[in-house]
Amino acid sequence: MASPLTSVRAWVDERFHLDEFKTLAQKKKVPIHRYSYWYFLGGMTLFLFGVQILTGALLLLYYRPGADEAFESVQLIMTQVQFGWLIRSVHSWSANLLVFMVFAHMFSVLFLKSYRKPRELTWVSGMLLLFLMLGFGFSGYLLPWNTLSYFATKVGTEIPAQIPIIGHPTLLFLRGGEEITGSTLTRLFGFHVAILPAIATLLIVVHVALIQYFGMSVPPRIETEWQANPAARREIRFFPNFVLRELMAWYVALGLLGALAALFPWSLGVKADPFGSAPAGIKPEWYFLFMFQTLKLIPAKILGMDGEMLGILAFGVIGAAALLLPFLDREKPFNTRHWISGFACVFLGYMVAMTVYGWVAK
Amino acid sequence: MNRYRQLRECSRSVVMVVVAWLFCVGTLVSAQTKNSCLDCHSNLPEPLGVSVETYSQNIHAAKGLTCAACHGGDASNDDPEKAMSRAAGWKGKIERKQIPELCASCHSDAERMKKYNPGLRVDQFQQYKTSVHGMKWAKGDTRVAVCTDCHGVHDLRAPSDPRSNVHPTNIATTCSRCHADAEYMKPYGIGTDQFTNYEQSVHHDAMVVRGDLSAPTCTTCHGNHGATPPGVANVTNVCSNCHVFQAQLFQTSPHKDAFAAMGFPGCVTCHSNHAIKHPTDEMVGTGAQAVCIRCHAEGDAGFAQARAMHDQLENLQSAFSASEEILGRAERQGMEVSQPMLQQAQAKDALLKARVTVHAFSDSELKRDTDAGLAVTRQTHIAGEQALEEWKFRQVGLGLSLFMIALTLVGLGFYIRNLERK
Amino acid sequence: MSSVPDVGVTDPSAPPDLPRRRLVNILLGTGLLASAAAFLYPIVRYLVPPKLPDLGGDAVLAARISELKPNTAKTFRFGTRPGLLIETASGEYRAMSATCTHLGCTVQYRPDLREIWCACHNGMYDLNGRNISGPPPRPLEAFEVQVRGDEIFVRRKQEA
Repeated sequence: MASPLTSVRAWVDERFHLDEFKTLAQKKKVPIHRYSYWYFLGGMTLFLFGVQILTGALLLLYYRPGADEAFESVQLIMTQVQFGWLIRSVHSWSANLLVFMVFAHMFSVLFLKSYRKPRELTWVSGMLLLFLMLGFGFSGYLLPWNTLSYFATKVGTEIPAQIPIIGHPTLLFLRGGEEITGSTLTRLFGFHVAILPAIATLLIVVHVALIQYFGMSVPPRIETEWQANPAARREIRFFPNFVLRELMAWYVALGLLGALAALFPWSLGVKADPFGSAPAGIKPEWYFLFMFQTLKLIPAKILGMDGEMLGILAFGVIGAAALLLPFLDREKPFNTRHWISGFACVFLGYMVAMTVYGWVAK
Repeated sequence: MNRYRQLRECSRSVVMVVVAWLFCVGTLVSAQTKNSCLDCHSNLPEPLGVSVETYSQNIHAAKGLTCAACHGGDASNDDPEKAMSRAAGWKGKIERKQIPELCASCHSDAERMKKYNPGLRVDQFQQYKTSVHGMKWAKGDTRVAVCTDCHGVHDLRAPSDPRSNVHPTNIATTCSRCHADAEYMKPYGIGTDQFTNYEQSVHHDAMVVRGDLSAPTCTTCHGNHGATPPGVANVTNVCSNCHVFQAQLFQTSPHKDAFAAMGFPGCVTCHSNHAIKHPTDEMVGTGAQAVCIRCHAEGDAGFAQARAMHDQLENLQSAFSASEEILGRAERQGMEVSQPMLQQAQAKDALLKARVTVHAFSDSELKRDTDAGLAVTRQTHIAGEQALEEWKFRQVGLGLSLFMIALTLVGLGFYIRNLERK
Repeated sequence: MSSVPDVGVTDPSAPPDLPRRRLVNILLGTGLLASAAAFLYPIVRYLVPPKLPDLGGDAVLAARISELKPNTAKTFRFGTRPGLLIETASGEYRAMSATCTHLGCTVQYRPDLREIWCACHNGMYDLNGRNISGPPPRPLEAFEVQVRGDEIFVRRKQEA
């Protein structure tokens, strides 16, 4: 009767009194309604981030930061290291999926209104995490040191330089100097593997802890329905029911990543030549395209002020508004909720349209 | 009545303006060096007319020389009687047969030419006298080319000027003005297809289409002032100035003595003189387009060598292409094959080298080069095959993994269902 | 707060495992194990380093001392392009790019001429890489040579 598992559990129980956690865990419930599928997105984001940590750590075993060696070390990983192509391609694909997922998670939370009291700080920590993910994407992109990444970083770091007063110091901070050099690579490498992960880990712990503390939010519409008809309320347990379902989703994601890596391995490119000319039609990765394209289309002058700078400031304002969204959702002096949804909808449409436009434009 | 007066006054002012304008132009022109000849002659019709614009292109004008430098007379005097007087040395129209000596009166004078351009040669006339043109001229032929026929006369530009008739890109056209005119060349009994042939050549393509000024034109092989077709024995010398290796190999090949004995003009025998097309591998061998079969027939040693050489070249070319193809396929499938692609450059080098070694006309010599190339292509092909194998391995691995994931998903699904059935 | 019984609670007094249930468990177990294996196998293989000479900085192992004799040379891979390593007649090592600056052919060392020669159009370079004859417009890029033990390493010239 005493299976190995039971004796291990007994051993642990004698020492760690995990019953409290067990009770808490078994109490956690997930509301089930027609929008429940959106609840998967958060866990999916976490899963993909975990994939990034694992593959990233593995890549660290062979990658060498430094303008002289970076490209060659990635080439080594792609050609010589056993399954190096797999680890690297999964890392690149998962990065893209992660950014997509974090935006999807954010928008779903926004439209389902999960940011309402008391979950304001959950939203803020999540929004900060979104910015961090974009930072991860930006810093990681330079690391292979090929032509595309070199020039994309060049263009990308010139955009914040337009901001008045703090623009140039920001550029120096990001580039480690006036130009993109080996110092830039070292610096962005430091951000990518140490600084950003440290901050992200902290924020994730906060974010997940807050979610556990407050439980899953129910959208206002559903809440109203259930108040009218209490019998319609449905919940399932987090452990094991929801977790098992989430595991299925994670397995699907794993399969997808493997397929993408095997069918569309990430290309190596050509080693960056700082003295070469930028390839025609250079553009940043797709998740920055909407900003990039907007800045390209903005007229040079608006009402006498520099157009590009106004564009950047506009994005800054939108970012700040997004960060503080829960505090903008009020009922006095007027109900802002629908305005928030409407604006978010428009902005989402704009982002998608600009991304597509930026992708197909020459 | 009023209207008539108005018209007269109007036309008077017009005339005044015109005269004033002419005066200004005249002074402007002579502001550099007074050249009274142009003042009148720029307004005269052909054949006496020389416009200011035309003469301003002349390199002699740019150096401050007036019409009097060639035609004699006094260019500082506005009075036509005094300007064009025999006393002032006026020669009038220069006869064709006088032109070479007239030009040489300055251009063969080293002391005089030093003042303008110490780097200029002064032996053009001497060379001319050795040329076919020069020798015929000496015998009194006035139809052959003299200095002005090629260099131009009143709009004579420096040869380095792309608009000059003797700029490298224009030389062939200049020569063709006579040499492609069948009627004109009738008394001389030589062909007039040289220019048409040259236009089809790879040298013309290099010069005119790709702008490579070092490519040969008529004067490169024939000489400019001492223009003579290279003799049969000398053709190889001319070609070898640029095509060094091919000439060296040829000199040590069995063809050298054989061609000399038959009176064949070296390189021209296979490659032609004017219509030098881009050589292809088909030129070597025993096929329909091969040049070897013009002399060699089935059964002789040369025929066998020709066939062997062609086969070797073809082997290397197809091996190279096969490797390119397989590596291209691997790359398109996302495999990393930059290293073998780099190696392919070595095979390409070997192929280029082999095409030069052909001129030794020895299949054992050629084999050394083609074997070196084939060694490389063998490696690159294997690399390509390995890349494709690896790709297949990945797809199999993917398939297995996906199958196991699917298995797990199905298992999970049923497990959940069982769990919640209670 | 809910009037519906908790979902997912197994009733301990339920009948013993049905055959179907066992099948599902086996299926799930196999699937989990197999997918875990498929997941771990590449990672384990990845952790084993490939057999390659260490880059050791940005230097490339061009040759071993035993491979070269005086007045001979070896072509090696330097980054994405070929490089030429020469042991001169006096025993000195020189390294430079092997890509001819004319049209990109790979140059070679000529022991008879003691110079570097491009077979494509007869370009010549001296032992310092300077273009001395023929069409090449620029010298060959010179590299730094370091001998460690019996290994010869080549790397780009560092800015002073």
